[in-house]
Amino acid sequence: MDKSIGSRFFSAANHTFLVLLGVMMMYPLWREISLSFSSKEEALRGGLFLWPKHFTLDAYRSILKSDYIWTAYGNSLFITIVGTVLALFFTSCTAYPLAKRTLPFKKVFVSFVLFTMIFSGGLIPTYLVMKELHLINSLWAVIVLHLVSAFNVIIMMNFIRTLPEELEESAMMDGANPIRIFFVIILPLCKPVLATLALWIAVGLWNNFFHSFIYLNDKSLMTLPVLLRLIIAGQKEADQLGEAIETSSESVIAATIVISLLPILSVYPFLQKYFIKGTLLGSVKA
Amino acid sequence: MSATDSTFAAKPQKPLVRRHPMLKEWNKHKYYFVLLFPGLLYFLLIHYWPMYGITIAFKDFKLMEGITGSNWVGLKWFKILFAAPDFWTALSNTIIISFYKLVFNFPAPILLALLLNEVYHSGFKRIIQTVVYFPHFLSWVILGGILISLFSTDSGLLKLLGLSISPLMDPGKFRALLVLSELWKEVGWGTIIYLAAIAGINPDLYDAGKIDGASRLQLIRYITLPSIASTIVVLLILRTGHILHVGFDQIFILYNPLVYSVSDVLDTYVYRVGITMGRYSFATAAGLFQSVVGLILLLFTNRVAKRLGEEGLW
Repeated sequence: MDKSIGSRFFSAANHTFLVLLGVMMMYPLWREISLSFSSKEEALRGGLFLWPKHFTLDAYRSILKSDYIWTAYGNSLFITIVGTVLALFFTSCTAYPLAKRTLPFKKVFVSFVLFTMIFSGGLIPTYLVMKELHLINSLWAVIVLHLVSAFNVIIMMNFIRTLPEELEESAMMDGANPIRIFFVIILPLCKPVLATLALWIAVGLWNNFFHSFIYLNDKSLMTLPVLLRLIIAGQKEADQLGEAIETSSESVIAATIVISLLPILSVYPFLQKYFIKGTLLGSVKA
Repeated sequence: MSATDSTFAAKPQKPLVRRHPMLKEWNKHKYYFVLLFPGLLYFLLIHYWPMYGITIAFKDFKLMEGITGSNWVGLKWFKILFAAPDFWTALSNTIIISFYKLVFNFPAPILLALLLNEVYHSGFKRIIQTVVYFPHFLSWVILGGILISLFSTDSGLLKLLGLSISPLMDPGKFRALLVLSELWKEVGWGTIIYLAAIAGINPDLYDAGKIDGASRLQLIRYITLPSIASTIVVLLILRTGHILHVGFDQIFILYNPLVYSVSDVLDTYVYRVGITMGRYSFATAAGLFQSVVGLILLLFTNRVAKRLGEEGLW
């Protein structure tokens, strides 16, 4: 290791910069958490909130009393859980045959899937198709739109290709058909890539604002991001919400934000590990 | 080889022999097709049907008549679109915001990756990584909510930054806020691919450099950077292809009437005229313009990359 003065100076400057960057990036989040544990009056008065002022759980108490939060939480959970399971199932079913080198017209099918990555119908035609499919104002709209993505299929396909073919051949000898082989032999071997995709899809669904905002117009169908946006967007719209509004002070908004990032926070250690793997898998050319 | 195949092989009847290779292929692969079918059907319904739906950009779309039933009107909507001042505002805002993001937010992760790579203490490095990756996992609704609260007049931050009004309300500063807030969300995450590329560099190169008396900055300049150049180019291509897609969520969450003039972009424009006003054909024309130009940009930049001797995307 280089121990010259120049090198040491570089290291010191570099470490200082990175620490400052980290602090700056975390401060807004930290402030929000402090705010959520502060009393309504203190939160309204404002300030830098390096620590909660007049520590209280009032904000949490008041939002947990609101039915809207529970409905939205339930909807978001439903979309995330059901959506992730189905997406994994259909993505792997699509990827497995495409990973077979001998499949007739394989190139055509792969191009058919890949083309959707560089061109799409766009918002309005998709909206009209969803309407034709009677998916407007249905939680399934969000699930369906996240079901199979070309990107995920490619990642899964690339992974399956790395598995040794002898495994399948010996099972084939024993008379198992490919569907059985897929479920009994291939899928269990895909656990690492499935874990990556699962977290990936789940975070995407949990955070999804656009689709639930466009396709779900009923209050009983609101997801957490949509509700949160409504609360943030301010008093005017929140007025129609009744219950949520009287309490939607700074600290209540902060508490809502903290509550909706809790699930992400709790799986973050896994996220970091598997997302990195996935991102690197994805950067391998199809 | 399955039992069915050998049965066919054993019967040398003429018509069968001619269909034989196809049938054999089918029998061999029918289960794969069974697995593949739902996926293909999905792409057909959810991706290709809307692509067909683009035709309404050339039609006078009526909800009652549907996509197929509506009358053709040629380029009518495009003429109206290109005459609409709002559209040009949205287009130029899109390009300006994208350009700022490209100039500032594209190089930032490269720089950060280089700096992270120079940290020898792995524990410290991991802590910094954990911190800077985190905002990537939060939605714009959450980040937007945090920013709005942070920049509210009484947060104390404005005074600290020497601002008289919140950048959320200031047309002169709103775009800077968009660029910086995206930097906050994505800069850490953006380092991952570069860090992986850096990790793949042959350590012998550094040893050789050190023997030649190169300083750390020189090692970065002459070994690390050239080694990750192709990664940079590929990512730049991807980025350029998306220049007209500046992102709906971020702007929609953060903007307000005071800053519409500098922040209404194509994504929000298409949403507003299409979904809010129900002008389906018109909005589809705007959306088609956006995706066609995007596609052309992507194809073009890919060619440029190949000319430069880089690998390109395909």
